[in-house]
Amino acid sequence: MKWDWGAVADFMPLFWDGLLVTLQALALGSLISFVLGLVWALLMRTPTRWVRWPVGVVTEFVRNTPLLVQLFFLFYVMPEWGLTMSALTTGVIGIGLHYSTYTMQVYRAGIEAVPVGQWEAATALNLPVARTWRVVILPQAIRRVVPALGNYVIAMLKDTPMLMAITVLDMLGQARLFSQQNFQFTEPLTVIGVAFILISYLASLLLRALERRLVH
Amino acid sequence: MSTDIQHNPEKNPADNRPGGELIRLEQITKRFGDNTVLDHLDFSVEAGKHVTLIGPSGSGKTTILRLLMTLTKPDEGRITVDGEQLFPATEKQIREVRKKIGMVFQQFNLFPNMSVLRNITEAPVTVLGLPKDEAEARARELLDLVGLADKCDAYPSQLSGGQQQRVAIARALAMRPKVLLLDEVTSALDPELVAGVLDLLRDIARTTDITMLCVTHEMNFARDISDQVLMFDSGRVIESGSPEKIFNDPENDRTREFLSAVL
Repeated sequence: MKWDWGAVADFMPLFWDGLLVTLQALALGSLISFVLGLVWALLMRTPTRWVRWPVGVVTEFVRNTPLLVQLFFLFYVMPEWGLTMSALTTGVIGIGLHYSTYTMQVYRAGIEAVPVGQWEAATALNLPVARTWRVVILPQAIRRVVPALGNYVIAMLKDTPMLMAITVLDMLGQARLFSQQNFQFTEPLTVIGVAFILISYLASLLLRALERRLVH
Repeated sequence: MSTDIQHNPEKNPADNRPGGELIRLEQITKRFGDNTVLDHLDFSVEAGKHVTLIGPSGSGKTTILRLLMTLTKPDEGRITVDGEQLFPATEKQIREVRKKIGMVFQQFNLFPNMSVLRNITEAPVTVLGLPKDEAEARARELLDLVGLADKCDAYPSQLSGGQQQRVAIARALAMRPKVLLLDEVTSALDPELVAGVLDLLRDIARTTDITMLCVTHEMNFARDISDQVLMFDSGRVIESGSPEKIFNDPENDRTREFLSAVL
């Protein structure tokens, strides 16, 4: 096996395209999982079980089935029901939905960790419930869960290559395409491996900076 | 300063003058599982009075404050505050009546994500609809009163327990309640910080006409500020009277036992 810098150079244009797709999937997937996870967590706190029960069943189902199966389902079955989306959109929704069922658990723990005295003080001050959530409970809960959410961002990054299975040309998709055309596997796979490490590392630095800012 | 804390310009000042009955609990029963904490309790507090609830832990004192603050609901009975029913009542009615009541907690319960100033202005602005600058001006006055004028922009975690509790007192007063509920407000403080908080409360008791309902284990404080002391045991008031009578000449054996243990 010998290392061919020429192959690296040839791969780079494809790599940049793939990187852009991976980062898009990661950013949008994270956003969806953060928002949707919070929605699930709040719905699980409603007093009526007619809300809690269906949300519980659906999220449990999504959390306990493989992401790959969900991606295939969204990509190949939804169009039969008349819902056709681009491969990347499908991938972003799939990964965001899947991880939202994890982030909801993180939010739940964060919300439960806010001392009951905070709720009592809000009641004593007559703050409306919605206001209490918005300015008292959630700011404290979210501050607590940033590190855990960050871990899921990195886990999500490592799951983005699955989007290749539904024809998305992320970094791995581009590497495979290049390899198949040029019969050179070492260089493109090494390049994207290094890229994954760098993105994880930068994400963790960003996260630590954010944690520091959130701590008083 | 005296009227500043209590005075509410929309109301006739006479409303707050001592004499009228402000709080009434009728036949209140509260159970936690099989444990009956309050058993058909009746009692009332007159406006402007300072009433202290004493007794062994688990005797239902704190539960009374929590019932009045609507942090928990009674199983039976009726609660009236300032002529308006607090239980049973609709959520809307509860919100109205609750405006008349403020509470200071054992653990302070300041909002750690807000500055001291914002802790105090949040409720006046969002609940009472006060303009922000007016609420802030008032908050600064109150911080001055509690001796923390320089801590406006600090966060609760930067304050000592005693300072946090003073802020909590200012926060409760900012809502201009008619009744201030004090739930063992010095129990969580380091011993050297207790006196400062109690002195502040003595000041407030002396210079305002706010009605106070205190649960405390500080018997000297109870003796100083109370117009009336209620001795609780097993969910019932077993003896009540002036502090002189309760502390110097209690009639009930349980009261005597309790006082000799704590004094």
